[in-house]
Amino acid sequence: MSNLLDSIPRLPVSDATEKMMDLLTDSFSSLFDFVQKGGKSAMEAITEMLIAVPPIIFIIIVAIIAFFATKKKFGLAIFSIVGLLFIYNQGLWEELMNTITLVIFASIIAVVIGVPFGILMSKSMVAEQIIKPILDFMQTMPGFVYLIPAVAFFGIGVVPGVFASVIFALPPTVRFTNLGIRQVPKELVEAADSYGSTGWQKLIKVELPLAKSTIMAGINQTVLLSLSMVVIASMIGAPGLGREVLSALQRAQVGNGFVAGLSLVIFAIIIDRLTQSLNKKKQ
Amino acid sequence: MGKIKVENVTKIFGKHINSALKLVEQKKDKTEILRQTGATIGVYDASFTVEEGEIFVIMGLSGSGKSTLVRLLNHLIEPTSGNIYIDGENISKMNKQQLRKIRREKMSMVFQNFGLFPQRTVLANTEYGLEVRGISKEERRLKAEKALDNAGLLPYKDQYPSQLSGGMQQRVGLARALANDPDILLMDEAFSALDPLIRKDMQDELLDLQQRVRKTIIFITHDLNEALRIGDRIALMKDGKIIQIGTGEEILTNPANDYVKTFLEDVDRSKVLTVENAMIRPMSVNVELDGPKVALKRMRDEKVSVLLAVDKKRDYVGYITADDALEASKRGEKNVMNIVRTDMPTVPPDMLIQEVLGIISESPTPVAVVRERKLVGVLIRGVVIQALSSNSEGVQLDEQSIR
Repeated sequence: MSNLLDSIPRLPVSDATEKMMDLLTDSFSSLFDFVQKGGKSAMEAITEMLIAVPPIIFIIIVAIIAFFATKKKFGLAIFSIVGLLFIYNQGLWEELMNTITLVIFASIIAVVIGVPFGILMSKSMVAEQIIKPILDFMQTMPGFVYLIPAVAFFGIGVVPGVFASVIFALPPTVRFTNLGIRQVPKELVEAADSYGSTGWQKLIKVELPLAKSTIMAGINQTVLLSLSMVVIASMIGAPGLGREVLSALQRAQVGNGFVAGLSLVIFAIIIDRLTQSLNKKKQ
Repeated sequence: MGKIKVENVTKIFGKHINSALKLVEQKKDKTEILRQTGATIGVYDASFTVEEGEIFVIMGLSGSGKSTLVRLLNHLIEPTSGNIYIDGENISKMNKQQLRKIRREKMSMVFQNFGLFPQRTVLANTEYGLEVRGISKEERRLKAEKALDNAGLLPYKDQYPSQLSGGMQQRVGLARALANDPDILLMDEAFSALDPLIRKDMQDELLDLQQRVRKTIIFITHDLNEALRIGDRIALMKDGKIIQIGTGEEILTNPANDYVKTFLEDVDRSKVLTVENAMIRPMSVNVELDGPKVALKRMRDEKVSVLLAVDKKRDYVGYITADDALEASKRGEKNVMNIVRTDMPTVPPDMLIQEVLGIISESPTPVAVVRERKLVGVLIRGVVIQALSSNSEGVQLDEQSIR
């Protein structure tokens, strides 16, 4: 029986994948090159701008945003001040700014791609049936795997980091957008139709506003996932707090690893609470 | 020509639609078709015509296909077969743009659960239909505010729907529909989610409104009392089929089959009949023109002892008695202004008979039926009692036999 199974030659899936990657890399090399260079300089410019802001002013601005976003409660504002001061104190300020740039870029790209796909998915059964398994695939594939094509396309550095983060962080936005639009009560969709709305009018005036809080929950997830990708992306040279964690791991420095990890957690909590409160405020 | 004409319209849900449609042509019934093909019949070969300016009620229990039927009229649901004409135009053959134009300009819908957009204010909700038509901001604001003002809701225009009670929300729903100034109003169980007292108020408001604006209204309900109260004509549905179409009286007195009869059994006639159903044509005298001699002659001709008094505009003024007219005539008075008595009770025509029974039995005179100050009829005790007696002729009033 086992002979029978062994008699089937190993299917050349990995070879085929590699050939395909090579083909892609070769035929689109100028495009990838352009994205790599343009993306890198744009992100470096933003990071430098963030670093140029005096830390104390940066911290105060974040605290003020937190204060107003949470309906004038002091909790998150105080946490932001203490947490960011701690990161500064540990000498990780520049790394934090790099991480912020990476997370912001990855999240914005994921949202810009994800929301339209979610809309498409909600409008068409066919699209849903095609996109859903792809999303499942993207979410179950270990995040490390995305690093390989990212390196193949863009070499090493921050741009492949963003690329891998976008792929990893995209699914929640698509899923939640789809879910949000499908959850709009049937009667309201009928009301929009019965007054002669076009498809666009219905989408812009009724469906998206009503799906907003669900979509925002998806975006919140996307932001947090792209943050969690920061450490993994540092393996291909993306700068930021992740790199500190990685180097601590490589040198078995428990203390440094803990501090860098804690800084990531602080940043994650601030950004999570901020995006969540934006959502609540609008309701 | 009718405003809306529905011709052999069938809607089938599910799979095997074609084979189910063939069975419909063979006049197989709903359960039989479900058993053979697995397809569900929503509407089964429905045909009817709605005249301009009438309130056409489609009534049936849940699952009878009434909500599907109303959605076929504006093509929220596409019919499987058959034709629907609005003003003579076949909407089943229209493309998307033409259909949108019809929906925007000719017909508006009011929903059971109000269908208001929660993220929009009352005013923005009312503006919605005008907004999608591309009407300028100022104009649509003006129109929407006017529609809200007519519904008495202008002070609430900046509130959100969730801040209003159910009855008020549905008034907004109605105002939103009317802001478009459509010819046709589709009302899908519009009052069913409201509690009984509010529902009755809303029915009154709808009837008042109909007096003023004269729309063609398709009203869906499962409540027979509601149907009888507001419907000019009623279509009764069961299993997707229309079993009977007629005025409330026709259906009450001549049920088409046993199903309709059972449906009607619960109805308390006194609850259903309104003043309008039991009133008779009033014998009146014009206080500004007619003198006592004219009045006396009319009383003799009509064999009555009381005449109702109206002015030139037919606004109700009071009544005069034969004795007073005789006195005035002897005194040589030129008109009857001085002998008008005003102690006759008045009731509106849409009041339920049950509610006026007390007034009728206590009043020594007949009771005047007045709609917005206009005299429209008179209630006489004998006629009312006859209307309430539940023999099959109950509502066919024979005025002569009473006098």
